[in-house]
Amino acid sequence: MILSRREWIACLAAPLAAKSVSRPLTFGFIYNGPKNDLGYNQSHAEGRASLAQLRWLKTVEEASVPETVAAEESMRDMIFQDGATAVFATSFGHFDPFTIDVARENPSVQFFHCGGLYDETRHPKNIGIYFGFIDEVEYLSGMLAGLATRSGRLGFVAAKPIPQVLRNINSFTLGARSVNPRVTTTVVFTGDWVLPVREAEASSSLVDQGIDVLTGHTGSPRVIVQIAERRGVSACGYQFNQFSMAPRGFLTGAEWAWGTVYAKYAAMIRSDKSVINGGIPRRVTGTLKDEFCKLSPYGPSVTETARARVAAAKVRILDGSLEIYRGPIKDNEGNTVIAAGKTLKIEDVELDKMNWMVEGVEGRAHS
Amino acid sequence: MQSQPEALGAWGVAIALAGGAVRGSIPYMFVSLGECLTEKSGKINLGMEGVLLMGAMTAFAISDITGSPWLGVAAAAAVGLLLGAMHAWLTQQSSVNDVAAGIAMILFGSGLAFFFGKRFVAPMAPQLPLINLGSWSGSPAIQSALRISPLFFAGAGLAFCLHVLFTRTSWGLKIRAVGDDPQAARALGIPVNTVRFLAITLGASLAAVGGAHLTLYFPGIWSEGISGGQGLMAVALVIFARWSPRRCLAAALLFGGAQALGPSLQSLGVNGYYYLFNASPYLLTLVLMIATCSPNRSLAGMPGALGKK
Repeated sequence: MILSRREWIACLAAPLAAKSVSRPLTFGFIYNGPKNDLGYNQSHAEGRASLAQLRWLKTVEEASVPETVAAEESMRDMIFQDGATAVFATSFGHFDPFTIDVARENPSVQFFHCGGLYDETRHPKNIGIYFGFIDEVEYLSGMLAGLATRSGRLGFVAAKPIPQVLRNINSFTLGARSVNPRVTTTVVFTGDWVLPVREAEASSSLVDQGIDVLTGHTGSPRVIVQIAERRGVSACGYQFNQFSMAPRGFLTGAEWAWGTVYAKYAAMIRSDKSVINGGIPRRVTGTLKDEFCKLSPYGPSVTETARARVAAAKVRILDGSLEIYRGPIKDNEGNTVIAAGKTLKIEDVELDKMNWMVEGVEGRAHS
Repeated sequence: MQSQPEALGAWGVAIALAGGAVRGSIPYMFVSLGECLTEKSGKINLGMEGVLLMGAMTAFAISDITGSPWLGVAAAAAVGLLLGAMHAWLTQQSSVNDVAAGIAMILFGSGLAFFFGKRFVAPMAPQLPLINLGSWSGSPAIQSALRISPLFFAGAGLAFCLHVLFTRTSWGLKIRAVGDDPQAARALGIPVNTVRFLAITLGASLAAVGGAHLTLYFPGIWSEGISGGQGLMAVALVIFARWSPRRCLAAALLFGGAQALGPSLQSLGVNGYYYLFNASPYLLTLVLMIATCSPNRSLAGMPGALGKK
């Protein structure tokens, strides 16, 4: 962050010299937290870093940008001082009203926001939305958890009961129960995205209750993975590869691959496409198949048979023969949430309204 | 359901609360003891949150670089001394308000910690060795709860040492005299500013050691959100412990246990009201403040010149 400010000062010294040279494309990236959190922010920062190989593209980034008016200032700095023509805002809370306001002020600059609800009638045309659906990877990760558990009990430390988190809890559990129908998942909500001490307490309590595979959905589940390792149980990661936190007990994890997404945007923008005139779709979304997300490399304790079963399931997901939200699916209160014969595709908007927990989850979506 | 020899059920909550009280109390304990020492001398250091974060970051960084967690703890203590000296110097200038300087120190300490901490977010650092008291038990949960950080014993011992210091020694008497009536102390020939300077710097050094616990044992990582306001809560804790080191120890244990309540109830399957249970340390602060504070009387045990020049 501080380095890029120095770069700006250097840029100020030679504004005229640079004018005649054709400028490379410049993209700006803002993250909500530190870019080496081994979690969500790092997944985006790594995505940006993978663009470094593109000679014609320059990127600037700023980490720990709060979801306040400070985000607007960061975006303006990138546009006015670095000459960014596209800005990527990676945190949900950067969208409304901050990205919207700056987008309105700079109609020729394109803004891309990770997640968020775009409203054609109210929001400026120069905003695009991108997001990945990671349910299938959670399902595969859950399969490994289901194969690894001896007590039949998995633990999930989650930040908040919002649809995106519930989707991960449910797909993880569905995956685990696909290999072992007696498996249950106990959920503990901590209440916020980054609460290391409470995440550690929650993980520790779950292990006390006989849970022997831990995973979670927080800003960075590295604390959860670390406590699992310390207590001698297995762990599945999320957001980013957390193998380094648990060299013995790490199974796998569902991680983002934003590099694919950013490379896609870079190629489109280079060929003068724009979200303003419809050259770039308003929503760019992808799944496992589109390589928007991937499974972390397996830990040492994952057996050959388990690897083979997951590989087979992955093939079936990719060819479309395995769909994870295929009815009948019951929630944990006994209601049928997806009727027999009905299948919801991963991209189905109905899933974004999820407010139930699948049979086998111990926990409640509503307090 | 298959048999689960390891599941502890409701006992799990009790064990989690006891274990949580021991491991969660350590930052509260060190910060509140440091603040207790500071306030006994008549000064307030609200900047403990900043000191805690700097201590946490420094301990992690030094442990990572040198490979020795104990050097990390020592470095944290040294950084605490420096920050404390800064606060002491600031607040002894004429017309500098303790509270305002303290808030500035929160921002300074946390900003500095975040700045230097950027490098150290990802890696793991060597952790403090633990003292294993649970090897007699066959239950991994009990073994884990009884694997206790040496800092816990250090903090608990310190609480009693400070109690003896304040009540039984001439140094303690000097500190209390300075805190109760600096004019009278000065008349007695006690170097008021020196005593206060030492109390503030040593107090901050203790708080920084509390921070070392966060990054070197529980949860054992460096993250900008690591303290979660514990430095500020520990300052409040001194007030309802009514400036008694032994009561600080008890209050810290209570807070540590309260912190573990929400997660342990949920892991048992008590799913309702988890926001309420998770808020229990904060609710506890409020309840105790209301119970112990009254506009009609000054608090028993409060140093007479607290926050005054």
